[in-house]
Amino acid sequence: MTTHKTSKWLEDRLPVWRDVAAKLDAVERGRYAEPEKVVKVIAAYPEIARDLAVARSEAPRGPLTRSLEQIYLELHRSIFRSPGRWRHDVAALFVSEAAEIAGSLRWHIVWVTALFFASASAGAWLINQYPELVGLFASEAMIEQVQSGRLWTEGLLNVAPSSLLAVQIFTNNIFVSLFAVVVGIFYGLGTAYIIGMNGLMLGAVFSYTAQHGLAEQLFEFIAAHGFVELSVIMVAGACGVSLGEALARPGRETRVQAFQRASMRAAKLMVVCCTFLVGAGLIEGYISPNPSYSLPFRLCIGLGYLALLVVVLSGALSRLPKPRD
Amino acid sequence: MDGTLKIPSVTGIDVELRIAGPGGRSYAFVIDWHIRVLVALAWMIVAGVVYFGSVSTIPSLEPSQGDFAILVMLPAAGLYLLYHPVLEVLMRGRTPGKRIAGVRIVKRDGGVPGIGPLLVRNLFRLVDSLPFFYFVGLAATMLTRQSVRIGDIAAGTLLVYDEAEAGAFDDAPSSRGIARLGLERAELVRDLIARWPELRPNARSALARRLLEREEPVPEGLDDAALRERLEQLLR
Repeated sequence: MTTHKTSKWLEDRLPVWRDVAAKLDAVERGRYAEPEKVVKVIAAYPEIARDLAVARSEAPRGPLTRSLEQIYLELHRSIFRSPGRWRHDVAALFVSEAAEIAGSLRWHIVWVTALFFASASAGAWLINQYPELVGLFASEAMIEQVQSGRLWTEGLLNVAPSSLLAVQIFTNNIFVSLFAVVVGIFYGLGTAYIIGMNGLMLGAVFSYTAQHGLAEQLFEFIAAHGFVELSVIMVAGACGVSLGEALARPGRETRVQAFQRASMRAAKLMVVCCTFLVGAGLIEGYISPNPSYSLPFRLCIGLGYLALLVVVLSGALSRLPKPRD
Repeated sequence: MDGTLKIPSVTGIDVELRIAGPGGRSYAFVIDWHIRVLVALAWMIVAGVVYFGSVSTIPSLEPSQGDFAILVMLPAAGLYLLYHPVLEVLMRGRTPGKRIAGVRIVKRDGGVPGIGPLLVRNLFRLVDSLPFFYFVGLAATMLTRQSVRIGDIAAGTLLVYDEAEAGAFDDAPSSRGIARLGLERAELVRDLIARWPELRPNARSALARRLLEREEPVPEGLDDAALRERLEQLLR
């Protein structure tokens, strides 16, 4: 291109580039973009591609070429971006997607649950045979309280208010569940360790309280929140194991592809599960430590909440008749 | 090490993005870390002052452990822990630290990552931060071809340099400048002027002389400012 032609080209195109940059900015920033602006942005994409090709041949590494590359890239991102329908996506996640993922992980859930109960049985047997080993699973203060015939959960509301308890509990539970998922990256062994240790501790503590005649009280304490909490831990364990499996047996995909797919599915399922953990934390903060609630009431709450989790994870919501327009 | 990400497009005109290495990533992280610590501390101080009743406009708060934890500690912890996931979603793959460091998160096709990949990326911080000071994440960025941490591998994302040329269309060379120099050399001159403050005086003077001497003899003894002035005249 002669310098005259180049100069004319630049003179003609500069206003167009500025206009496209302004329109693109308006389309990207606003929640709603006028259709004419969107059409102009789309129409500009091949034009800017052509201009970029010219600029690259005339001044390959100049600021003008870099600016055109930047605007071209922004156009590319804007045009080929998936539509942002987060309300729809969240609804679909709770109604059908979580159930589909949970369904595909059902055998993982079964195996993780088996591991948990095997560990719990081992913990219970261990403390039954060697009660002096309870120090491995419980703090000194807890042991002293149990030995004096009281659960450590007694008077919990005198120590901290329900609101604080609830927040502490669900934060901790969410952290433990998410950690159980991500340590699945160690070929599932990290997850297996966490599930095994949790089972071992639960079995040991139950066995120790049973030796002191407090097992029923402990069951009464956990009846309202424990079913959902434990179920979510099992689901988190299954997600973690699936990450390990994706790395160990990627199938037809590459390891990275399988790992990415498993991670995305695990994250989606955990969004649903963590929502349930918030509810379980509120129950554990407000209902479980309050002695005025009877065991039948606690069981109703616990089993009812578990039923809700099962409804969501079984896909029953997606089978409900849809309202007609 | 593979330092670029090629973005193919339907027009056949591809674009390459420079991938940020461990240095660029760490720089952005350190800035973000300082921001979130300062914001969390600021909240604790402000809410603490309000909570202890020193601010007379809010006298009704009764001090208790629960109130303190919920009004002071919890929001501060939330600000600290949710800083990355929330800002990365709202700022479409950027955070203030990333913006300052000139990097952004993109998908492997160069696009803006959605909520899902950004959440996965942040979920795996739990592993990347093991056993302390992001050792696993830092080691991963040093050992992987595209300098990615475990969270990026899981989410299918990577960090690239965000090379926006703000105002590049506004100070484009004039027709006379192009007629005199041709577009390529006019752009070289413009690039040198833009980078003038970043370059050492000796280096920029030498570069300016080489460019100017192609057009006209340059007298000895011209200082830094005079050389720059002459470069700007070439573009007018």
